[in-house]
Amino acid sequence: MTAGTFRVHVDPDKCQGHNRCYSVSPDLFDLDELGMSSEVGEGLVPADLVGQARLAVDNCPEQAISLTMVRP
Amino acid sequence: MTNRHPPVNDWATDFDHTDPGWAADPYPIWADLRQRCPVAHSERYGGTWLPVTHELVSEVAYDTEHFTSRSIVVSERRPGPDDLPAPIGLSPPITSDPPYHGIIRKMLLPAFTPGPIAALEPFTRELCRELLAATQGRTALDAATDYAQHIPVRVIVRFLGFPPEDADIFRRFIRQVLEDVDQSADERRETLTELDAYMDAQIAEHAQRPRDDLTSFLLGAEIGGEKLSIGHVRGTMTLLMIAGIDTTWSAIGAALWHLAQHPEDRRRLAAEPALMDTAVEEFLRAYAPVTMARLVAKDFDFHGCPLKEGDWLLLPFPAANRDPDAFEDPDVVRLDRARNRHAAFGLGRHRCLGSNLARMELRVALEEWLARYPDFELADPAAVTWSGGQVRGPRTLPVRIP
Repeated sequence: MTAGTFRVHVDPDKCQGHNRCYSVSPDLFDLDELGMSSEVGEGLVPADLVGQARLAVDNCPEQAISLTMVRP
Repeated sequence: MTNRHPPVNDWATDFDHTDPGWAADPYPIWADLRQRCPVAHSERYGGTWLPVTHELVSEVAYDTEHFTSRSIVVSERRPGPDDLPAPIGLSPPITSDPPYHGIIRKMLLPAFTPGPIAALEPFTRELCRELLAATQGRTALDAATDYAQHIPVRVIVRFLGFPPEDADIFRRFIRQVLEDVDQSADERRETLTELDAYMDAQIAEHAQRPRDDLTSFLLGAEIGGEKLSIGHVRGTMTLLMIAGIDTTWSAIGAALWHLAQHPEDRRRLAAEPALMDTAVEEFLRAYAPVTMARLVAKDFDFHGCPLKEGDWLLLPFPAANRDPDAFEDPDVVRLDRARNRHAAFGLGRHRCLGSNLARMELRVALEEWLARYPDFELADPAAVTWSGGQVRGPRTLPVRIP
C-alpha cells in the first residue's frame, strides 16, 4: 500500500490520444470529443486507485502523464 | 513479393528493408546496428537513413522541422513538387505537415474515438465467428490467409460503406501499393489510377445517397466552412483503406504466430481473460508491424550524420520497441508486462488515427480464435512467410489443430 495523497495530471501539449490511460483507468481519466485525455476533476487519486495511476504513467507512449504526491 | 535488389552485405552501410533477411527476422539486424551505429545509412532508394534506438526514433517523430511526411513509403519513386500539393499531400493527414495537418486530423479524430469504434465490435466479432465456423472440421489451416487477412479488410469496407464483396479488390490494391515497392514509376502510377477510379465511383454513389458511414462523413465534413475537395476526400479514403488493412492483418497474424509456438502463453490467456489488455499491448510492442518513413526537409547534422534534403529516413517503430534502453528484456514476450510505453502506433502528432480500431480488432480476433481453438501449433515453422517492406507480418501461417 502506498501512503500519502497523489495527484495525476495529463499534459495536454503532449497527449496524442493513444487512450492507454483511459483504458487502464476510466475512473481517473476522461476523453474529449477528439479522444484527447485529461484527469478527472482535480486529478486527486483515491488510495485504492494509486496502482492504476502508476499503470497509466507507465503505459503512456508520449510520457504525458505525471503522478505527484500532494500530501505525505 | 518481388526483389530486384542485390543482397545486403553490410546492414550499417547498405541496408534494404525489402531484403528477404529483414522480412524473415529483422530483430538481430537492429540489435547489431544498435551496438555499431545508432543511425545506419544506405545508398539504396537514392539515399536512406535508419535510426534504430527508441530515443532517436522518438526524436525524429517529434521533429517536423527537419523531417516532412510528404511521402511516408520509401520507394524508387520520389515525390516531385507537382504531384504532391504541400502541405496537404497525397493522402491527408498522414502525408501532411503542420499546421495544416492538425486541422484535418481534428476533423477525423471524433470518428475514431473509443465510442464509435465500440459500435463496430459486434460486427467484428460476428465476422470472426463466421470465418472460424468456415474452418470447422479441418485439422490444418492457414491462420493468415484463412482468418487474419479477412478481418480488417471487411471491417474497413464496412466502416467506409463500400459493398462487402469488394473486399478482394481492396486486398489486391494494398499489396500493389505497399509491398511492391520495386514496381517502376509507370506501374505504380497505373495502380494508383485504378484505385482513384474506384474511389471516385464510391464518392459519386455516396454523394447521391448519403448514409451513416465514413465516406458520407467525409463528404459532409467542412474545414473553415468549406467542403473538402474530391481529391482530399479520395486521398483520405485511400489512406484509411491502405493504413487500416495490411497493418492490422499483420498484427493479428503475428500474435497468432507467437501463440502457436508458446503453449504456456496460450493456456494462460485462455484461462485469464483479464490478461487480454496487457497481452494485446505486448503483442503490439514485440511484433509491431509498421515502419514509417520521412523525407529530410532540409540539410542538417543528425547525431553526426549529414542528412541531405530529399533523403529518405525510415522510422522503425518495431526497432524502438525492442530497444533494451527503453524496455526490460525487450526480446521476451510477457503477457502481463506492466510498464509498456511501446510505439507500435507511432509517436507525436502522427499517432495512428486508427489505433483504437486496430486494438479492438486484434483483441476480438484473439478472443474468438482462442475460444474456438485453444490448442494449435505451427504445422511447419519453415513454411511461415513474412512480408517485408514497411509493414511486416505473416503472409502464410500454416497451423495444425490437434
